[in-house]
Amino acid sequence: MNEASPHYAETWKKPPFIKSSLLRYLIYLGTVTYFFLAIYTMDVNWTRVAEGIPRGMDMISKFFPPDLSDSRGVILDGILESIWMAIISTIGGVLLSIPIGLGAARNLAPTWIYLFCRGIIAVSRTFPEVILAIFAVKFFGFGPFAGFIALAIGTIGFWAKLLAEDIENMSKSQAEAVRATGATWLQWINYAIQPQVLPRMIGLSLYRLDINFRESAVVGIVGAGGIGAHLLTSVQRYEYATTATILFAIIAIVITLEYSSGYLRKWVQ
Amino acid sequence: MPTIETKEGPLWRKRTTLKQWLIWGGWLIGLCIAVYAWQLISEKTIWMFVWDAPRQMSDIGERMVPPDWSYMPKLWRPVWDTLNIATIGTAIAMCLAVPIAFLAAHNTTPHKSVRAVMLFIIVATRSVNSLIWALLLVVIVGPGVLAGTIAIGIRSIGGCAKLIYESIEEIDPKQVEAIKATGGSRAQQMVYGILPQVLPTIAGVGVFRWDINVRGSTILGIVGAGGIGIQLSASINVLAWTQVTTILIVILGTVFVSEYISAKVRGAII
Repeated sequence: MNEASPHYAETWKKPPFIKSSLLRYLIYLGTVTYFFLAIYTMDVNWTRVAEGIPRGMDMISKFFPPDLSDSRGVILDGILESIWMAIISTIGGVLLSIPIGLGAARNLAPTWIYLFCRGIIAVSRTFPEVILAIFAVKFFGFGPFAGFIALAIGTIGFWAKLLAEDIENMSKSQAEAVRATGATWLQWINYAIQPQVLPRMIGLSLYRLDINFRESAVVGIVGAGGIGAHLLTSVQRYEYATTATILFAIIAIVITLEYSSGYLRKWVQ
Repeated sequence: MPTIETKEGPLWRKRTTLKQWLIWGGWLIGLCIAVYAWQLISEKTIWMFVWDAPRQMSDIGERMVPPDWSYMPKLWRPVWDTLNIATIGTAIAMCLAVPIAFLAAHNTTPHKSVRAVMLFIIVATRSVNSLIWALLLVVIVGPGVLAGTIAIGIRSIGGCAKLIYESIEEIDPKQVEAIKATGGSRAQQMVYGILPQVLPTIAGVGVFRWDINVRGSTILGIVGAGGIGIQLSASINVLAWTQVTTILIVILGTVFVSEYISAKVRGAII
């Protein structure tokens, strides 16, 4: 009766996230090497940083209370300009995105149109709005028009891409049913495709409005209108109380926009 | 589906009359807003410059080709800096975002007031663009890569923590209960019950954010915060358009590669 008791594991270890141990250690090694190199080659003037810490404290202390007097009367104007710029560039960008998005859907467009539209989307997605704004300012002169162009082009990269993907993933049976009734191409788009993608695309437009407002607050730094120019001036003039006002205003507007667009999106869908 | 009774019999309509009017009214309001916004923008526009734009475009376009490839060797260092800003910035942000997310999610937060503070941090950091953070940080820590890295880091805290805390709130509570039933402490519940469920999300968010940050860090140089943006704004300021083309091509390449890597890694994780 001296049967050996079956051996159970006494301890348990959490299974690792990456299963192959060789790959795991290679990734660890690569990460450590990379961070070592990156930090080693980073050019930091530590004396300047040390000097900067009291300056930073000083800046934060000047943030409170924010200067609400708006002495040059430009803050409100700039913020309104940013808001209107965001709205009009969202509308313009969406209008431009519709044909491009239709063209970039694999199941709608012939190959050459598909490639052309995908090319437009890829380029406008790659460059940040600020780079687009630099060029818009060179082409169209200073002011909100350049910002409008830059943000509208940025919107194309976002909206048209998602529209194209949405159309590619739509249910084919509805499209076929409408086509079978002998609908023209326009009717086909309007009755088979538009109802399938519309709710999501309205939601995405509101989301993009959010993004465009955030971006419209910075394109002013390169001269493309909106509050950014005043923000830059206030930092350069060491008027940190004004900077604080602008920052808090931006945060407040972003929060308001985000909540109201979230609410509207729920209502639409 | 509403129908209208007519002499010829019922007529099919897509919507009820009220709904139709509401939608029509919505479009009208939208149109009014668009017209008003357009009017404001056009008031502040000098149209002479806009009409001149095609000439400007063809002029600058001509000056931009061919790209100045001899400038390439000077660009490797800025590209390396740009990638480092994005990567280290994302790493810093992730280290801070994970604990913030755990403190902000309503099922793991120690107290409601902590949650409120964390939510405020998340909203405030993500509302302000990284370029603005960079503008302020250049004043504090001086121009250079460090300012850019911290700026990207601060902006990404909110961006990452928001997505992570939302996924923590959506976890399956049964697994946590199971750990609790074995007598696991609160910390053990988090490590063995919650963390494994959100780990793929955390990794995915990190890679996703890194991709965005590569794009974002290409422009930080405009305010002096390091990366390839310094070369870009310098070349634009001296009107060296052939160099500008080279820089734009390099940015395009960098962003494409980062997008490819992030798509591959995300595909492997999820």
